[in-house]
Amino acid sequence: MHASLVVSGLNKVYEGSGRRVEAVRDLTFTVEAGELVCLVGPSGCGKTTLLKCMGGLLTPTAGEVRLNDRPVSGPPPGMAFVFQEYGRSLFPWMRVRENVELPLKQKPLSKARRRELVMDALESVGLTDAAGAYPWQLSGGMQQRVAIARALAYEPAVLLMDEPFAAVDAQTRADLEDLVRGLWRERGITILFVTHDIDEAVYLGERVLILSASPTVVQEQLKVDLPDERDQLHTRVAPRFAELRTHVYEQIQAAKRGGTDAGPPEKTLT
Amino acid sequence: MRLFLLRLFFVVALPALLVALWWLASDGSTNVYWPPLRTILRTFPDVWTSERLRSDLVPSVLRLLAGYAAAAVVGVALGTVIGSYRRVRAVCEPVLEFLRAVPPPVLVPVIMLFAGIGDTMKIAVIASGCVWPILLNTVEGVRAVDSVMAETARSYGITGVARLRSVVLRAASPQIFAGLRQALSIGIILMVISEMFAASNGLGFTIVQFQRSFAIPDMWTGILVLGLLGFLLSVVFQLVERRVLGWYHGLRAVSRRSP
Repeated sequence: MHASLVVSGLNKVYEGSGRRVEAVRDLTFTVEAGELVCLVGPSGCGKTTLLKCMGGLLTPTAGEVRLNDRPVSGPPPGMAFVFQEYGRSLFPWMRVRENVELPLKQKPLSKARRRELVMDALESVGLTDAAGAYPWQLSGGMQQRVAIARALAYEPAVLLMDEPFAAVDAQTRADLEDLVRGLWRERGITILFVTHDIDEAVYLGERVLILSASPTVVQEQLKVDLPDERDQLHTRVAPRFAELRTHVYEQIQAAKRGGTDAGPPEKTLT
Repeated sequence: MRLFLLRLFFVVALPALLVALWWLASDGSTNVYWPPLRTILRTFPDVWTSERLRSDLVPSVLRLLAGYAAAAVVGVALGTVIGSYRRVRAVCEPVLEFLRAVPPPVLVPVIMLFAGIGDTMKIAVIASGCVWPILLNTVEGVRAVDSVMAETARSYGITGVARLRSVVLRAASPQIFAGLRQALSIGIILMVISEMFAASNGLGFTIVQFQRSFAIPDMWTGILVLGLLGFLLSVVFQLVERRVLGWYHGLRAVSRRSP
């Protein structure tokens, strides 16, 4: 399946109580099928707005998002969302199993198939034992795993992740990063991963999109030419990793100063 | 076991003390309107025979349940609609505040004009008083559904009935139960009041009847029955609530431990 995402000329303006805020000015980029792309940018640069427009949760003021050549006008069925606030995204009145199963009930699936998908997804994130627990009985990292399992069970072609690990501790975070990379390689899902953490973006992504400060445009697209096989210990101390993250860091600093003078987009580091 | 006995002691201690106080204070009383508790308790089994329970307690409880159930259905249904749409809320809110401020007992004569003096009138009175706390709490609960939860539901295509049943009403359920709890005590009050007007049976009717015929100890036993009924209903309510809102109490306990 070719699940490419095309964003063209996207613009989003919030208007209300006499204030007009241009959150996203003019964004154009493509995410190819099966790619893992990370979006980084200074805080408050409209990353969440962009992601919500892509997920059909917000209607853009101008421009459009196309998934597989079809314009996105509401949440498309082949897309799943993982939010930063796992505690507010999981339903506390449902057990883990029910949380994962709920979206599947909207699909024409047999009960047996649903159960199979739920157990398979929980196994993928290592939470088989927690199926009968309530989300609030689990740690933050485990709750975010449940949210990821829910997205996996939905069998999306595209997975949108909005700073999913911003609220968990550093060690859990490293585990979850490896989990996401593992799942991506295993299942071939197209993943768009928004983060404010530069190291995370470089470590995870095949490509990093650097956004400018608000009003947002794409500052630079950077190909991450690290090997496919990555691990926390070695990848993060590789000289190439350091170069890439330094470059991204500089770009974001430039973005904060408001300069888009960092050269043409799609440039490759040499 | 010891822990259980200790807890039982804490539950029983205060009521036992109050009964003992009443017993002692009224023991030598020769006041006709203030009979000794001993006399009241002795009268109790004679008054509340199974036949009287059937002819007076059962009709009262049935009316209460019917009115309460009607109020719950109407309150939750309307509250969900009003809570879901900002425009509807803006239109309805002032009217609701006005209607809520009208004391329900004052409606008894009015409702009598329309619904006669039968069971329909009594059920209508109970329902018209119970519906407000349920309605207003449901509005609040539905309105306050967490934005991230709502977006999660939307992004996974959970809409319509599934959204209402699995997300909105469940999220609002702590508030809805708060309304139901308030409505229960209002319901008991209105049950008695409605039976004081133009009734031929029921607890309220019986108590007034005893008072008018100067059967004072009998009247006091009626008041005891009312108290016991209220207590029993609140115990049942708590059991149901603990079952339905188990997740909520668990969640609260967790967030209290780690702020």
